[in-house]
Amino acid sequence: MMPEVDLIFKIAGVGVLILLLNILFKQAGKDEYAYILTLVGVVVVFIVAIQMIQRFFQEVRAVFGL
Amino acid sequence: MDILLFLGITLVSLVLITLLRREYKEYAVLLSAVVGAAIMLRLVGRLAELITAFTYLAEKAQIDSDYLSTIFKVMGVAYLAGFGGQICRDADENALALKLELAGKIIILFMAVPVMVAILEIVLRIF
Repeated sequence: MMPEVDLIFKIAGVGVLILLLNILFKQAGKDEYAYILTLVGVVVVFIVAIQMIQRFFQEVRAVFGL
Repeated sequence: MDILLFLGITLVSLVLITLLRREYKEYAVLLSAVVGAAIMLRLVGRLAELITAFTYLAEKAQIDSDYLSTIFKVMGVAYLAGFGGQICRDADENALALKLELAGKIIILFMAVPVMVAILEIVLRIF
């Protein structure tokens, strides 16, 4: 169970980090970097999430014989 | 079964999701999907044991095994459609959730047709 929990904390960590960096960027006046950073964050979290969901789908497919 | 484990993970993730939802809704959606997948991953592992028990009982009762596998397939499709639908509803996308559940229903209907045909044949053979 531990790898899943680590994954959850990793995603939340990335989210909070992006949040902080965006605030810094906004103060520094570089809003375009803030937006780019948000997109990069979404892509990273998406990749991590997709891996977990893919494992889940494989497990369900194996169990239910879909 | 370790219900406390699931409760702990759910509560922790709930706090993280509400923290992220305020600023970035997309992170909240992704995180809720991942938490759902993580918890269900463990539960589905347990479910496999239940399914083997049922198949064993079915063999004892001489029930045709492909009917049983159809039942399990239908359960899987219904569960997955529900899983996706709930995530869409969390993100306030009710239209998307309904479409996904409609797709699930149609797939289940497709799976059920052979069973219905078999039952009808049996009934007609009696008369």
